[in-house]
Amino acid sequence: MEDASPRTDTSTDADTEEKMLRDQLQGIGASDGSDKSRDQKTLRRLAQNREAARKSRLRKKAYVQQLESSRMKLTQLEQELQRARQQGIFISSSGEQSQSNGGNGAMAFDVEYARWLEEHNKRINELRGAVNSHAGDGELRIIVDGIVSHYDDIFRIKGDAAKTDVFHILSGMWKTPAERCFLWLGGFRSSELLKLLINQLEPLTEQQLLAINNLQQSSQQAEDALSQGMEALQQSLAETLAGSLAPTGSSGNVANYMGQMAMAMGKLGTLEGFIRQADNLRQQTLQQMHRILTTRQSARALLAISDYFSRLRALSSLWLARPRE
Amino acid sequence: MERVRDLASKKAIVMFTKSSCCMCHSIKSLFYELGASPAVHELDKESRGKEMEWALRGMGCNPSVPAVFIGGQLVGSATDVLSSHVDGTLKQRLIDANAIWF
Repeated sequence: MEDASPRTDTSTDADTEEKMLRDQLQGIGASDGSDKSRDQKTLRRLAQNREAARKSRLRKKAYVQQLESSRMKLTQLEQELQRARQQGIFISSSGEQSQSNGGNGAMAFDVEYARWLEEHNKRINELRGAVNSHAGDGELRIIVDGIVSHYDDIFRIKGDAAKTDVFHILSGMWKTPAERCFLWLGGFRSSELLKLLINQLEPLTEQQLLAINNLQQSSQQAEDALSQGMEALQQSLAETLAGSLAPTGSSGNVANYMGQMAMAMGKLGTLEGFIRQADNLRQQTLQQMHRILTTRQSARALLAISDYFSRLRALSSLWLARPRE
Repeated sequence: MERVRDLASKKAIVMFTKSSCCMCHSIKSLFYELGASPAVHELDKESRGKEMEWALRGMGCNPSVPAVFIGGQLVGSATDVLSSHVDGTLKQRLIDANAIWF
């Protein structure tokens, strides 16, 4: 790869280079300079130095030119962005002081999520290979356990991101369109996932079937409970904001307004807690499923889940690429 | 502290909440869904609410509400209740405390 960095610059400018050559010649002249091969070696070395210095200067020039053209491009893009924003197209403003946290947080999360997904798919492919090649339980367990604890990573990343930008997580904009269809509190519904899996997991023992059904029911109950809390939050928020619509002319208006806004801010702050509980629910459900199933069943379950989401993502791509009149 | 423990031991399920807390509403809904009726104490309506809130924090409840006690024993916050529900232990605790029968 071409090193365009000026850090490896062996020269500064022509003057210094000449001085270097003189010093080197002096150092050599100090001894009895009648050794021919030594002179030749020296001359070759000096020539190589000159060449290296020349190349370095050229690289530096190229780098500076690149910087200048990038700067122009950047100015152009900023102007375009400004124009687009004025036309009312919503664009998160990263780099602007007022919203820099929100914009950066969202983008940073999207990048981390993409990285996590790539790693996840890698592990799933490894699992598929192991299952298809009839690997032993021991090997399967290592891969399966790895995937389950890798899920912990994304829940932690989501949790951190929710602290910075809860609305980005809630919006599901970090997922593809078809996945967003099924969005519930910033992610998937465990209860629905389990419903899909039950058929794929045959054969299950009586005990396992009961346990999986119980798990499905429990996660559904927990989801419903959280949904109810969210509805209460919406209601409460609406009432708070409506309450600030005092009749004009009353002197307590401004104080009222500020008070109601402060209350509303407090309520918005509790959204992060709901995301946290929803993600905790997903995590616990996944772990409980893993406990109920054998290694081989867990492997099949993880593959089925991953395939399902892959199909959703493929559907999204098809949808986005569809021909439009 | 005493008041919290005292109230917690009076009924099979005891919940400490705040009227403005929507997560408390979620946990309440869950218990109703399971056929249980928790005794609910709203700290913002209690005369010694602040003290009780401090006591709950001292017991490790973060956030302080909702704080759930079953059979006089502290279960914990929303996270603890929901995790316990998913792994099946919540139902058993409710049955053991005679809060529900199945």
